Amino acid sequence: MEVKIVVPHMGESIVEGTILKWLKRPGDRVERDESVVEIGSDKIDVEVPAPARGTLKEILAQEGATVAVGKAVALLETEDAAPARPKTEAPPEPVAAEEGEAKQEETPTKGRRRITPVVAKLAERHGVDLDQIEGTGLGGRVTKKDVLPYLEGRRSTQEAPEPKRKEEALPTPTPRRAAVPLEEEPVEVIPVTAMRKAIAEHLVRSKQTAPHVTTVAEVDMTRLVNFREKHKAEFERQEGISLTYMPFFVMACIRTLKEFPFLNASMEEERILLKRYYHIGVAVALEEGLVVPVIRHADRLDIRGLAHAIHDLAERARTKKLASDDLKGGTFSITNPGALGAVLSTPIINYPQAAILGVEAIRKTPVVRDDQIAIRHMMYLCLSYDHRIVDGATAVQFNQRVRRILENPLELIL
Amino acid sequence: MIRECEAYWLGRVGYGEVLALQREWASARTQGLVEDCLLFVEHPPVITLGRGAKWRHLLADEDLLRAQGIEVWEIERGGDITFHGPGQLVGYPILDLTRHGKDLHRYMRRLEEVLIRTLHRYGIRGERSAGQTGVWVHGAKIASIGVHVSRWVSRHGLALNVSPDLSAFDLIVPCGLSGIRMTSMAALLKRQVPVQAVAEAVAEQFALVFDCAVQWRNSPEAVLSLS
Repeated sequence: MEVKIVVPHMGESIVEGTILKWLKRPGDRVERDESVVEIGSDKIDVEVPAPARGTLKEILAQEGATVAVGKAVALLETEDAAPARPKTEAPPEPVAAEEGEAKQEETPTKGRRRITPVVAKLAERHGVDLDQIEGTGLGGRVTKKDVLPYLEGRRSTQEAPEPKRKEEALPTPTPRRAAVPLEEEPVEVIPVTAMRKAIAEHLVRSKQTAPHVTTVAEVDMTRLVNFREKHKAEFERQEGISLTYMPFFVMACIRTLKEFPFLNASMEEERILLKRYYHIGVAVALEEGLVVPVIRHADRLDIRGLAHAIHDLAERARTKKLASDDLKGGTFSITNPGALGAVLSTPIINYPQAAILGVEAIRKTPVVRDDQIAIRHMMYLCLSYDHRIVDGATAVQFNQRVRRILENPLELIL
Repeated sequence: MIRECEAYWLGRVGYGEVLALQREWASARTQGLVEDCLLFVEHPPVITLGRGAKWRHLLADEDLLRAQGIEVWEIERGGDITFHGPGQLVGYPILDLTRHGKDLHRYMRRLEEVLIRTLHRYGIRGERSAGQTGVWVHGAKIASIGVHVSRWVSRHGLALNVSPDLSAFDLIVPCGLSGIRMTSMAALLKRQVPVQAVAEAVAEQFALVFDCAVQWRNSPEAVLSLS
């Protein structure tokens, strides 16, 4: 039966193609998937395969002609009774035409026995000893064409031949549930914004690259809570911004990062880079998602300086005035789910950093002190770390050190 | 699933050898036997004509070229005539485009994006020119692109003028555009730039633009199978 060969779909904005080169002539026999013509535009050249085995009957457009996508450029007289089955069944066979072209334009080998990387991979995958195979390529080279029949031969001697697959019977329809009217299953469709998409990709990449472990320390924040109570009014008067706990968290982290450099690092394939500078990211929750602007060289700032830097970044984040540089180059990040009441979390690392610290809600909690019940302001520190770069012991020690600094804030003076 | 891509620095290799490697890799990629790859190479002086090329765009006499050892190849990529030579970074991404969006215009724009971002890292402002695939700096062409796709697997690719002898382009009407000026990174930066370093930069941007993990493989000898 006659089948059309059409200009294929090449992309959303591509509406037509130009015939660049006919690879077959009317009267030529073609196999299914064998390339028949090259069609393209501008700098693209696409090979169009025959949809079925047959004979090229007629060419409808000559080289240089421009044809719309979907329109026929040639007619094929096929031998198959039915149209081509979907390609998902058998793997496509090597294309003879391409191989022929490759052989013609090869320069002669230097006489050394050659194996191409493709053949090497095939051999490795199937446990084939290439010395066992005779090469029929140029210069005695073992080609794919030599390996594949060898594999076929090996397979047929090892396994019983597979019973011929009969055309599978169509599945019997299963009884369906009574259809539910659509009005009872309303769905609101929210398009994904570029920002959400970017955040999503970032998170997936982080989780897929770094094996995440979260370790938790419990901090007695009472001293710091009392300190802040005492000084916050005056601070606000003097600095014009409120005094939060975040500057203390940042400073405690920096102090500890200096003692535990592997948490201020990133990993490349064969190297771990220990950053000797401290750009601390502080997460800000916006309506569209979480952003983590960075305080550069945060180790050069005192508590007041950090308070201003954090306030400034948060303001700019909320008013959408962050520059892309504000989000780059961080070496460690801190997030604050506690601000919204969370008591425990397992934050996702801000890849390619090595760790992220989640500070949780500060709650008045009964605890045991000197074998008695006391009411203290308690908070969990949840440190997620990249277990490739940081060992469990190191992570726990880091967390405990941050805890000890927060419990004894005078240490921040040193 | 993270998309993986292998990158190879092949060094200085003849056009025919890499062409054969490209075709083989692409064929194997179609069958899912290998991963996506990026082949980076410098060619000895060679002129190639794509499917859109006109022989009259080859200005030099063929015998003269042959005497100088400059090969001329007519090949299956899109685009017109171009020159490759030492100092020019040639990159061949062999990708299964069904995993990268199945859209050829988008593929070209992304290749341009990779090059523009690479140039940006060196302080060069590369731009697109509407209707003309490639990368330009102040109206002079710094990078060319020409691809071939079979079963949605790409081959051929891009050429970035790092520090080539630009006078070689006088042998042809580059890309069939008369009056075109060619430029290079070395000409713009007024200093030498090592080609392999640029290859690494291109691979880095490629990973970002195509959102895949690029792994450098360190055995060009194995790839070219000098076993």
